[in-house]
Amino acid sequence: MKIGLFIPCYINQLYPQVGISTFQLLQQYGEVEYPISQTCCGQPMANSGCENDSIGAIKVFKKAFEKYDIVIGPSASCVLHLREHGVNIFPSAKEVIDKTYDLTEFLFDIIKIKHINATFPHKVALHKSCHGLRGMRLESCSERVKRAPDKQKKLLKLVDKIKLVSPSRADECCGFGGTFSVTEKDVSVQMGNDRLADYIHNGAEYITSGDMSCLMHLEGLIKRQKLNIKVIHMAEILASNKVMVPEEKEILETSNIH
Amino acid sequence: MEKGNSTHPVGAEAFNKDKKRVAWHDKALWFVREKRDKAAHQIPEWEQLRELAAQIKAHTLSQLDLYLEQFEKNALKNGIHIHWAKDAEEHNTIIADILENHQAKKVVKSKSMLTEECGLNPFLEQRNIEVIDTDLGERIVQLADEKPSHIVLPAIHKKKEEVGALFHQHLHTQKGASDPAYLTQEARKHLRTKFLNADAAITGVNFAVANTGGFVVCTNEGNVDMGANLAKVHIACMGIEKLVPSQEHLGVFLRLLARSATGQPITTYSSHFHRPKKGREIHIILVDNGRTNQLAKPDFKSSLNCIRCGACMNTCPVYRRSGGHSYNYSIPGPIGAILSPGKDLKKYSSLPFASTLCGSCTDVCPVKIDIHTQLYKWRQIIGKEGHLPKGKKTVMQLTGKVMGQSKTFSMMSAIGKKILGGPKVLAYNALNPWTEDRDLPSPNFTFKDWYKKNKNNE
Ligand code: SF4
Repeated sequence: MKIGLFIPCYINQLYPQVGISTFQLLQQYGEVEYPISQTCCGQPMANSGCENDSIGAIKVFKKAFEKYDIVIGPSASCVLHLREHGVNIFPSAKEVIDKTYDLTEFLFDIIKIKHINATFPHKVALHKSCHGLRGMRLESCSERVKRAPDKQKKLLKLVDKIKLVSPSRADECCGFGGTFSVTEKDVSVQMGNDRLADYIHNGAEYITSGDMSCLMHLEGLIKRQKLNIKVIHMAEILASNKVMVPEEKEILETSNIH
Repeated sequence: MEKGNSTHPVGAEAFNKDKKRVAWHDKALWFVREKRDKAAHQIPEWEQLRELAAQIKAHTLSQLDLYLEQFEKNALKNGIHIHWAKDAEEHNTIIADILENHQAKKVVKSKSMLTEECGLNPFLEQRNIEVIDTDLGERIVQLADEKPSHIVLPAIHKKKEEVGALFHQHLHTQKGASDPAYLTQEARKHLRTKFLNADAAITGVNFAVANTGGFVVCTNEGNVDMGANLAKVHIACMGIEKLVPSQEHLGVFLRLLARSATGQPITTYSSHFHRPKKGREIHIILVDNGRTNQLAKPDFKSSLNCIRCGACMNTCPVYRRSGGHSYNYSIPGPIGAILSPGKDLKKYSSLPFASTLCGSCTDVCPVKIDIHTQLYKWRQIIGKEGHLPKGKKTVMQLTGKVMGQSKTFSMMSAIGKKILGGPKVLAYNALNPWTEDRDLPSPNFTFKDWYKKNKNNE
């Protein structure tokens, strides 16, 4: 299986480790390639009311990924955006988008993994990102009487020594929301702080999620206020036993690419 | 109608100055949302009920003209007077005329979001008619000279101490008293004299039934019944979307409404009106005021399904932390944010952006309005019509250009990192407020760097 690795723009730039973990996880299931011409799913523009300004990004996406059997990205939000809106914005990308999946969907629905070689001896709270939760139905949500399969929770339970803790509000939004985080800064910050207080109160050492954008917002608040809790993408937990090859280490330590 | 041109972020910022109040407001509404969850989870067929309700509404709206005529015919047969109002002004004028014909100077009014929408109170007050809101929450905001901040809980933004002070000033309750039971009792006494002396009663309508010509009004306080049964004239105001085809459909909506609104199995009073008593009159005003316009828009017509339960407000993390007044529209919260742009796109252009698009409103809505999708769609229209803040549009155009060209993207990433020590190509980074409260990580390599290096070493 030729896997195209889709790394959302902000993960590429701000959280390279999440990309590395995803890459390492996927390598077990096929030949993984990261087409370097990729840019972005176009969501920042489209959610701001500028769908037309995002056509270019989706065109680039189509071109970069059409040659693969399957396209996987560690972001429910970006994948959902392509699925729900990308197809309307640039219809000829439909074929590519139809074979694009979020990492959780890939591992749970397509590979159907039952075991994983990963250890994470920590108390972890799963932050159900809204796009994964309500858009992709990866988890059950508190509003609905219907239950979903709880895919992310089941994947995390495969990890050795992990202890999952539940927040008091099962699935409230973190308050990121793309440009919402700056145009509605006060509410956004309050929402984030409320989530953090809930996770801290319930004893979590780490907050994990399938979406790094929520975690970026939460981490921004954690660091500024020097709170005693950390964020980590699910891919990093699932790849926690992967040993890095020396070259990777070198880059991570010296980080002197430019 | 609505005052001022304030945008949602401005209202939200003002509300957030008092952090304790925000936390209290959030908690009070979350409590209601949790009650709703418990009530919904006790009904195994909840999701089917929602689906059924959505289908009944969609069907009714698809032949609204026929059902309206059927309703009119049956109501007339029952001896009810029917009036058609194309807009708020007509609605208000019709009511003023009816009141004048009866020389009615004192009016009691139960909760009706439609009369809020039409600005009925100030209109009548200018004509020297006393209008007393008889819903306790509405009476509170009326005494405070404010607007309701929630459609089910109009005074949810007021603490009981504030209500105590207000009642002390207007109803002469004991100074410093804030016990809800005592204050409610005093309000009852005060309202009782208003009910007994009213010349006319105005009510809203929750559901109107086409095949009977009757209508239903739901309350927890019984104030509709007090008003309508005591006064000589009962004027019921309804938006044209309030119809259901037949009596049997009521069961679906009555089961959903109170559970969604407050977590009660049913409202304390579900009052059915069919015909006036001897010597009395019932008037129904059927109001359009922009509804047919909304109905003509395929992407937005399902917003007319709304049964005004308020669940989307209670669940909305933004509403809970910005308060109803920040929306500056008669219906606040997520549903207000998709109804208001249809009324005045420019004026309400900030409302569809007062959301993270988390989708909770859509999942909680008992009539399955795809609220968050409609928010997204209004954003596109606002963008196309040129009502976005200028800076935002420019940033998005630029970001779009960068993201639309692999080469430019790489170049910008590199330049961004060198000059600014951080990746400035991202839209949210180009806008400063992020860093006022939040840090950003600044790794000194990108995934792409790592990948290139490792690919070459393979
Ligand atoms: S949109 Fe739905 S949830 Fe919101 S008030 Fe209307 S019926 Fe209730």
